[in-house]
Amino acid sequence: MGLCTGCSLLCDDIVVELDGDKIGKTMNLCRKGHAHYNSLGSERLTPSVGGSQVGIEDAARAAGELLAGAENPLLFGWEGSTLEAQRAGVDLAKKLGSAIDGPSSYSQGMIAEKILAGEIPTCTFDDVRNFADVSIYWGDDPSSSHPRHMSRFSYFPRGEKRQKGYEEDREAIVIDVRKSPTAQIAADGFFKISPGGDGAFIEALTAALAGKIPKVEDKKRMLNLATKLRKAKFGAIFTGLGLAHSLRGDLSGFTALVGKLNELARFSVIPSLGDYNTRGFNQTLFDETGHVDAVSFKDGVSYGRKFGIARFLDSCDAVMVVGSDPAAVLPAALARKLAKVPMVAVGSHRTITSGLARVSVPTAVAGLEAGGAGLRTDGVKVEFDRLVGSVHLSDADVIRRIMEEV
Amino acid sequence: MISAMEVYQLLPKTNCKRCGLPTCMAFAVGLLGREKKIEDCTPLLEEAKYEKKLAGLRELLAPILSADATETGMVIHPEKCYGCGNCVVACPVNVANDPKGTAIGRGPVSGKAILMVEDGVVKCVHVDECRRFGPEKVLCNACIATCPSKAIEFI
Repeated sequence: MGLCTGCSLLCDDIVVELDGDKIGKTMNLCRKGHAHYNSLGSERLTPSVGGSQVGIEDAARAAGELLAGAENPLLFGWEGSTLEAQRAGVDLAKKLGSAIDGPSSYSQGMIAEKILAGEIPTCTFDDVRNFADVSIYWGDDPSSSHPRHMSRFSYFPRGEKRQKGYEEDREAIVIDVRKSPTAQIAADGFFKISPGGDGAFIEALTAALAGKIPKVEDKKRMLNLATKLRKAKFGAIFTGLGLAHSLRGDLSGFTALVGKLNELARFSVIPSLGDYNTRGFNQTLFDETGHVDAVSFKDGVSYGRKFGIARFLDSCDAVMVVGSDPAAVLPAALARKLAKVPMVAVGSHRTITSGLARVSVPTAVAGLEAGGAGLRTDGVKVEFDRLVGSVHLSDADVIRRIMEEV
Repeated sequence: MISAMEVYQLLPKTNCKRCGLPTCMAFAVGLLGREKKIEDCTPLLEEAKYEKKLAGLRELLAPILSADATETGMVIHPEKCYGCGNCVVACPVNVANDPKGTAIGRGPVSGKAILMVEDGVVKCVHVDECRRFGPEKVLCNACIATCPSKAIEFI
């Protein structure tokens, strides 16, 4: 049995036929996971300094020197790194007195922080499978982003108290700006909102739950939804980037709604985070500092949006990107700023970001070429071994090697 | 989904009974159910005036007669499939045969699964277990209704 580090579901029922160190036939991998497994042999990062190929030792040394010589370095990424590498990353940030941040600062970091702080209730996927009768996908399209989400955990499987299957025992509700592939499955449970309309939807649903007439076009449908939620025995809310971006950092309405729902029945929130160990980085940094991203170790521990990549790039004079590709997802203006900062890229594959880097340090692919541990998007720790041999060092070893050079 | 009426329109409509069935409509249904072959309609092959109809019929029935289609008429479009496994877990027969695997959302372990995900896309393996198979078939549509990308269809 193999494990897939293609997304944050960390599916552990993968059957792989190996041909030496090559991946042969695979079973149970989704399309995304299959592409992840088959990426082993293509587009791999090679150690380089200033565009010239060097040995891994020279690349690590150059990375260490670049970071040590900087006034305001930033260590960014970590969502595609093992827990061990993330731990080493926090130690490196402390040693350098640098800022450390991850993509959650522009995605679901605020939701993750509230969950870790216990302000929003959460549960595991096993609880969802065993008990949930209502699954709400809010600004979230797991069919596209986490293909096995619905089939493994949240909607289709049978569980302890959900023996009759999805048709009788479960209800899927999708709140989104478009009829996504997930919304097609939910059919009648799809609520279309306008972009940025999540706040208004929260208000309307809160009003409907309180027995007031909601201020929406289709009042009857909203009241029906409120009735459905009132009758729920165990609800799960899966949040996506759509909700996080729409609320623009103001989670008060959402937190109040979840609180209100919890007066009726148990409702838990599980964010659908992107890369395989985003939750791990959030947890590692939260355990150390009480925040999930945008932290600086320059003068003790300080936290603030100014230490997030979007604003810190203005004053940053060196950046190390680990297991991430921010240049591919940041808005063009920010990506241009990032391109101008001297950069070290640490990762398994060539990316747009690694193409901009002055120093590249390759790592093994976690879960395939190197073992380690990660946190699934619901916070469950999953350990994995390597499947095939590799000439590359694990990401944790690479970070420790760079730390020695600082 | 091809209807029997579409097939009927491309038949001679003479009810000559040479195929062994009483009417051309019955033959159309037989063709769709794979109980009859186009060649069983001899006038269609022998008479030149039906040439156009024959070509149209072959074109219409190409998906059913292709190697991709299973005996139940299921066609999987691998280029559309996400490999999500919704169909694998939603299939009532898979669930009944595999309480420790597909029933709880994991990959099939029983060795009797009708559908399973191989190399990132779904594949039909034990078609004889499908509710749509054989003379006592039931028109189950669990695998189609749960597919987010419309990668499965029955013809």
